[in-house]
Amino acid sequence: MSLSGLFLIVFLLIHLLGNLQLLKADGGQAFNIYGYFMTHNPLIKMVSYGLYLFILIHAIQGTLLWLKNRSAKGSSYAVNSNAGTNMFSRYMMHFGIIIFIFIIIHMIQFWLKMKMGVLDQVSYDGVDHTVANLYAPCQLAFSNIGYVLFYVLSMLILAFHLNHGFQSAFQTLGWNHPKYNGLIKIVGLLYSILIPLGFAIIPIFMFLNK
Amino acid sequence: MSALHLNLKVWRQKNQQSKGEFQTYQVEANEHMSFLEMMDVLNQDLIEKKKEPVAFDHDCREGICGACSMVINGKPHGPLSGTTTCQLHMRHFKDGETIVVEPFRAKAFPIVRDLVVDRSSFDRIIQAGGFISVNTGQAIDGNAIPIDKDTASKSFDAAACIGCGACVAACPNGSAMLFTSAKISHLGLLPQGKMEHTRRVNNMVSQMDEEGFGFCSNIGACEAECPKGISLENIARMNRGYIKASLLD
Ligand code: HEM
Ligand code: SF4
Ligand code: FES
Repeated sequence: MSLSGLFLIVFLLIHLLGNLQLLKADGGQAFNIYGYFMTHNPLIKMVSYGLYLFILIHAIQGTLLWLKNRSAKGSSYAVNSNAGTNMFSRYMMHFGIIIFIFIIIHMIQFWLKMKMGVLDQVSYDGVDHTVANLYAPCQLAFSNIGYVLFYVLSMLILAFHLNHGFQSAFQTLGWNHPKYNGLIKIVGLLYSILIPLGFAIIPIFMFLNK
Repeated sequence: MSALHLNLKVWRQKNQQSKGEFQTYQVEANEHMSFLEMMDVLNQDLIEKKKEPVAFDHDCREGICGACSMVINGKPHGPLSGTTTCQLHMRHFKDGETIVVEPFRAKAFPIVRDLVVDRSSFDRIIQAGGFISVNTGQAIDGNAIPIDKDTASKSFDAAACIGCGACVAACPNGSAMLFTSAKISHLGLLPQGKMEHTRRVNNMVSQMDEEGFGFCSNIGACEAECPKGISLENIARMNRGYIKASLLD
């Protein structure tokens, strides 16, 4: 759980750095070249299959954990004080399901199109091969206000999931030390706000610039 | 001495199989009584009316045995932090207040009757921990083994766990990690218990799973409700030991 979660945390950072190229005002050139690189480099291909596996492992483990813990509680109280808890930690499973649905829709929207080869090919100066125009479906999707809202809301949920997940992973691995706990909390909070915010800015920016 | 007129909603359940329900009672208590003494007043009243008294666990009544398991208004051991039910005084409640009293709830703590739950799973976790390596014979000089102050304090803090089970009662996952990690820490930190630390972690964690407790997802309700202030740091120590045990054994 913690290892797959931390792997996904590293992945998100790299994924965001790639996506930020969508903000470049070059008609999608940098992003498309990056997209070609990501789908043709053998090392990246291997890592990406690892990634799909990790998402599945994380989702399955999380679901099993949640089911086991619900049955271990058995019955519930008439009065709940929820002292010492927060809504982030109590709804990890619910956030996870929303993130999972988002990932599926997201993959159908972009990944599947890339894989099926239905995208137009474009060529750029200084590149000796054509590259698929992945920028086009992004532009299309993000000109739809409904999809932009769905994307931004999903990022909010991701922020909630990470707010607890980041520090939780450290505790699960036994990395708890009074000297560093404050640092882990602050880095986790910054990460869980900045990364989803970075992702959310892209569709908003593209919607406003369509 | 001011009198308190209280509305009690108490969970009544004949045995593990039967379906329980809340019963409402009126009790007149005073602010100097402990919560258990207030329950005694209720029971005396029930007995005089030839009704079945409310079963609840208690023993020392001085905050050291861990028997007095009750969830009061949604909080194990009631509203006062760092306090067991037996040490909770009625001055913390208001005249005319409604108080909801429920048993600890977790699958590994089956209800025996009313507010009494079976916590023998804790005993079996402790038994699974096994022995520590000390020589038998005459008691050795307490200062013969040097232990630095910080380590001794950490071990002592963990040893303050009275095995009450409030951590399990508070945990939405019904997990016993705070209790188990306290027991593991208070032995594993000291030279006498260090030798078997990894094996002890393995055995106690396996027993914990076998008893049907949930897994920790780092929510923190246990630490907030523990009457003895046991820290989540102990759970991290147990996790470290468990990872080590999984890698080495
Ligand atoms: C890119 C997306 C995701 C990232 C970066 C992520 C990250 C994390 C991290 C770091 C943890 C804490 C692990 C621990 O404490 O041991 C966690 C916990 C959890 N995740 Fe995710 N996760 C993601 C997606 C998902 C999905 C898709 C699901 C389910 C369908 C899910 C379900 C859960 C559950 C139930 C937990 C609770 C376990 C706990 O708190 O320890 N997550 N996640
Ligand atoms: S850790 Fe605290 S709440 Fe849990 S059994 Fe020990 S004293 Fe009770
Ligand atoms: S009765 Fe012993 S701790 Fe409350």
